[in-house]
Amino acid sequence: MLSLEFIPSLLKGLEVTVLLTAAGALASVPMALAAALAKMSGYRLLRWIASTYVEVFRGTSALVQLFWFYFVLPLMGLRLEAFTVGVIVLALNTGAYGAEVVRGAVTAVPRSQREAALALNFSPRQTMWRIILPQALQAILPPAGNLMIELLKNTALVSFITITDLTFSAQILRAETLRTGEIFGAVLLMYFAVALAITACVRGLERWLARRHGSVAA
Amino acid sequence: MIAFDWQYAWRVLPELGRGLVVTIEATVLGMLLAVSFGLALALMRRAQSRIIAWPAAAFVEFVRSTPLLVQLYFLFYVLPDAGLRMSPLATGVLALGLHYATYCSEVYRAGLEGIPKEQWEAATALNLGPWRTMVAVILPQAIPPVIPALGNYLIAMFKDTPLLSAITVLEMLQRAKIVSAESFRYVEPLTIVGLAFLLVSLIAAIPVRRLERNLRTPGA
Repeated sequence: MLSLEFIPSLLKGLEVTVLLTAAGALASVPMALAAALAKMSGYRLLRWIASTYVEVFRGTSALVQLFWFYFVLPLMGLRLEAFTVGVIVLALNTGAYGAEVVRGAVTAVPRSQREAALALNFSPRQTMWRIILPQALQAILPPAGNLMIELLKNTALVSFITITDLTFSAQILRAETLRTGEIFGAVLLMYFAVALAITACVRGLERWLARRHGSVAA
Repeated sequence: MIAFDWQYAWRVLPELGRGLVVTIEATVLGMLLAVSFGLALALMRRAQSRIIAWPAAAFVEFVRSTPLLVQLYFLFYVLPDAGLRMSPLATGVLALGLHYATYCSEVYRAGLEGIPKEQWEAATALNLGPWRTMVAVILPQAIPPVIPALGNYLIAMFKDTPLLSAITVLEMLQRAKIVSAESFRYVEPLTIVGLAFLLVSLIAAIPVRRLERNLRTPGA
């Protein structure tokens, strides 16, 4: 007999997981943009800082990053709630991968677009924000959707720093009821449902963008 | 600002080194499973029969969209209930292998789709059976171009091994947590573990990038 009484407490955990994913995604966008633009900047110092950030966060394990921030920041006098640490680390991690996505998409915008903007006397800032980035957005969206799913999967890691997300709720329930198969099966299905929702949203956005701007002529 | 105790760092280094060995062991075994099962999944997805293709596709989508940590717990707690007793390390390798097999299968799929149709037609014209066509004609052309992509997943898997600490595998992070809890000093062990990951990933990325470059040069 499959019993469903554990579903409500799992749904509470699911809420935290969705909240973490949304907060992490929102916070990672400025990180990715800033790091990508800094990596393409004319100042060597900015380029160096951005590359170090990207390499460190892409080169180390997300779980190690989480522990480092959780245990080492308080020793430096910075006391943050576990949830805040979780969002910060998830955003920094996703932002580092996102920076490469943004950079790739921006470099893929045809050179002639820059030249045209220059000829029309656009400032570098206007060129980037009004000409290059809107066109790059179409190339950014599909990989950004994949990164969102990676982010969703990474939120499970925060259960290690005592945040009651979906995975942590499952652990508590398992200890109480020992109905391991059902609980973790349900948890996997819930994550899958969120992932499907993310994919559907990104597809919708892609279609909306394509209607609005048309496909970029090569 | 907190001081970094070099003497203490030096003292915990051998213990963390033993953890690194376990980490690498899990990565290598996990990757062997991932590349072989991933290829099987990719071939199954291309099968004519829907009874074979559909479950493979569903498995790939499901496993790719759910957290490795939850899959680890699932295997760790459910397999013994099903009468299958495995060591934590073996369970970890199995979870890593299955998870990354789904990523690898997508990589292989791209490689297989890159083979021109004429290659299949030529194999049919030469009267090769389906098995020989695949093993002797298609795969030798499909696999080399995707090796760098597989290499990137090898590095990604390496960075996921700390999750095995959740099921009591004594890999690097787990050992760091144990020595930290004994001494109440977290900075040194955690920093060393972070640096070790960075160092190994950066070194491992060198041959992968070289392979990528070589493949891009025409006539190679």
